[in-house]
Amino acid sequence: MKAVVSTFPRSHVAAAEAGAAGDNYLTHAHGIRSWLFTIDHKRIGVMYLVSILAAFLLGGIFAILVRTELLTPGPTIVSADNYNRFFTLHGAIMVFLVIIPGIPAALGNFVLPIMLGAKDLAFPRLNLFSYHLWVLGALLAVLAIVTGSVDTGWTFYVPYATTTGMGGVVPVLLGAFVLGFSSIFTGLNFIVTIHKLRPPGMTWFRLPLFLWALYATAVIQILATPVLGVTVLLLIVERVLGLGIFQPGLGGDPVLYQHFFWFYSHPAVYIMILPAMGIVSEIVSVFSRKHIFGYHFIAFSSIAIALFGFFVWGHHMFVSGQSNLVTTIFSLLTYSVSIPSAVKVFNWLATMHGGSISLRTPMLYTLAFIFIFGIGGLTGLFLGALAANVHLHDTYFVVAHFHYVMMGGTLIAMIAGIHYWWPKMTGRMYSERLGQLSFAAVFLGFNLTFFPQFIMGSHGMPRRYYNYPPQFEFLHQLSTVGSYLMTVGFVLIAVYLLHSLFAGRRAPANPWGGATLEWHCASPPPAHNFDEPPPAGDPYDFNDLEYDARIGGYVYGTRPVAADSEPT
Amino acid sequence: MSTSRPADSSAGAPAPHLQHHFTSPAQQFESVVLGMWLFLATEILLFGGLFCAYAVYRANHPEIFEYAHVYLSKSLGAVNTAILLVSSFTMASAVWAAQQSRARLLRIMLALTIACGLGFLGIKYVEYKHKWHEGLLWGKLYRPQHEAAPFSAHHAFEHGQTPPAAPTSAPGDTDVSWVFTPGDTGPRGLLAPGDTTPLVSPEPKVHNVQLFFGVYFALTGLHAVHVLAGLVLLGWTLWRAALGHFSAAYFTPVAMVGLYWHVVDLIWIYLFPLLYLIH
Repeated sequence: MKAVVSTFPRSHVAAAEAGAAGDNYLTHAHGIRSWLFTIDHKRIGVMYLVSILAAFLLGGIFAILVRTELLTPGPTIVSADNYNRFFTLHGAIMVFLVIIPGIPAALGNFVLPIMLGAKDLAFPRLNLFSYHLWVLGALLAVLAIVTGSVDTGWTFYVPYATTTGMGGVVPVLLGAFVLGFSSIFTGLNFIVTIHKLRPPGMTWFRLPLFLWALYATAVIQILATPVLGVTVLLLIVERVLGLGIFQPGLGGDPVLYQHFFWFYSHPAVYIMILPAMGIVSEIVSVFSRKHIFGYHFIAFSSIAIALFGFFVWGHHMFVSGQSNLVTTIFSLLTYSVSIPSAVKVFNWLATMHGGSISLRTPMLYTLAFIFIFGIGGLTGLFLGALAANVHLHDTYFVVAHFHYVMMGGTLIAMIAGIHYWWPKMTGRMYSERLGQLSFAAVFLGFNLTFFPQFIMGSHGMPRRYYNYPPQFEFLHQLSTVGSYLMTVGFVLIAVYLLHSLFAGRRAPANPWGGATLEWHCASPPPAHNFDEPPPAGDPYDFNDLEYDARIGGYVYGTRPVAADSEPT
Repeated sequence: MSTSRPADSSAGAPAPHLQHHFTSPAQQFESVVLGMWLFLATEILLFGGLFCAYAVYRANHPEIFEYAHVYLSKSLGAVNTAILLVSSFTMASAVWAAQQSRARLLRIMLALTIACGLGFLGIKYVEYKHKWHEGLLWGKLYRPQHEAAPFSAHHAFEHGQTPPAAPTSAPGDTDVSWVFTPGDTGPRGLLAPGDTTPLVSPEPKVHNVQLFFGVYFALTGLHAVHVLAGLVLLGWTLWRAALGHFSAAYFTPVAMVGLYWHVVDLIWIYLFPLLYLIH
């Protein structure tokens, strides 16, 4: 073992030592108020993570109720009305409270300023306000559940959403409105931070790809979410006062509602998937011990996906009465999104090619992402094709497709990210063996749950149905058993992560050998991240990192940190 | 909005408004300005959805808009436009006064801006009250009154203009018998009091006139909410100005509230011709 000589400025060494000695963002202040009203981006990120995981638990319970009901044709455990409530709440909670804020608000909040070399986001109070808005949105969702619930599906299509007798429609719409603004303010904060708080030396092309992904996400959050805001606002007025703009009985146009809704909600799909792709870009490179392949292509493909994503919303309405010309154009544009997505996938594969891959838990989940996203993305092309879409529209094929992208993509990447940054956030290492076991349960369970749904859908099983013909029973049961297996995986993750908080080995500053700046400060980081920003080099240059068995982590070797080297 | 204001907590002695994570007041100011412009972009997009709804319905049913817009008072709309333009001037002057450290002028200009905003809302109230009285409301509440003629229709008649003729043939897709009943007849009362000669068919063939009023109330209502929010922000700015918080060294909140107020004015500049000045 070579002598470990740090070439960082002494202040960073001092900061790291201070962190190890106990003064970090977790111990910097005490009491419940020091959390609820903190303006430290790290604490806000942790609060987001805890809250989002709680919402994930709630949405997951509804998912399991839905899957259990579908074990047999006809009534199994709940009435048809309750079944409608459950799938609606599952969808609304998972989309608006979990997947959309998930990666940017929880993990992004925590690592963005540190990766950048900044002390905080540009607007720390606005960041706290975003979190409080999220909590308000979650409370409104709970209010919706206790005031009679919702059975409209998470898309709230009119005229049903204006006429259904369920009392929770208005609270849940208000919740979506409030959550929209939470998302807008987070995106605004991220854009300003990346533009204005980059320290000297942190050029655009030294940004880690996760930050490019968050930037592209923030652009969509800002440009698309206000349209959702005004749409749900109009829907509330429609339901309460009978405005008439969307209601056919009053001369309005329900398809206009669909246009408005999907003008937001399709780009929202990229709000979900882009940050996931950012996490994958980080982990693939670090765990292959190899420089990311095609940095610029991955960075610009994020921007391209963000822009193309705005021109494809019509593919949700191929059977809603658009003209043939419009459907053809939307179909063509839909295919265009697959180009930048495929660019990313091939770059990840090229990064791994010839690398020395270590199959730690974050990497396993990342490989799961690439495999599952491949299937989810390619089945999207089936749905983008006009003739196939008419056959597959509103079947389980669609359900399987978007779960392959949203859950198998976004959520599994989020789990990868949680494992990747867990030592940084908590200062503890989790059990690697249990992590790998959880991966097996989640990966197998996921595919067992959703792959049969592709088959059911292509055979004509419609989504959202309470009852079904007996020939689908076996596939539905496979799907339900898969969802139970996945649940076991998630419970296992919760158990060993919580256990690690109390009994886990103390984490070194850089357990994985990452070269981005968050690995340059202690685990957990000190309250102000850096006294002065560390020199920004190539975020994927691992040549100087050496494994030190004494601390169980990586340290910089004798070669100087490449502060002035050109990024490649 | 108040949410994007720079904090006034003290971090370092030389620049009391500089937050700890910024390196200079200039960097902080630039960040706040960029954040505010992004926020204003989201405001424009929020209205964008409604403008889009306007465009769709106007393109598909121009007869509704031509027929119904005469029920809005052009003169009140014009006065309100003038009021908001003046308020933009006083707001810009307030920002200038803050930059020049002219505290008294700043307070006067902020107060004038608030007065203009209140005047705008007062006139809007008169207009809304009239519409309410006439039953010229949105979808479900659309119940045009027979006896009371809308004043703008009087106005047009007295000046020798021809009230808009109802289209002789409605587009086929609007001519459906199952459409909600109140929308079928359209507003009546186009006759001047005492005049027995019908100017237009007593049963105009314009369907779904309530759509125009739905769009009108949605657009102007959302705008009025924004004016109200602007007034709250202006009041807060005036209060801080009275406490002497602003000077050439620190005027960020005045400048940001000013940007917001200008955007609210700008939206009205589009609403006025689109709703009141059709043809």
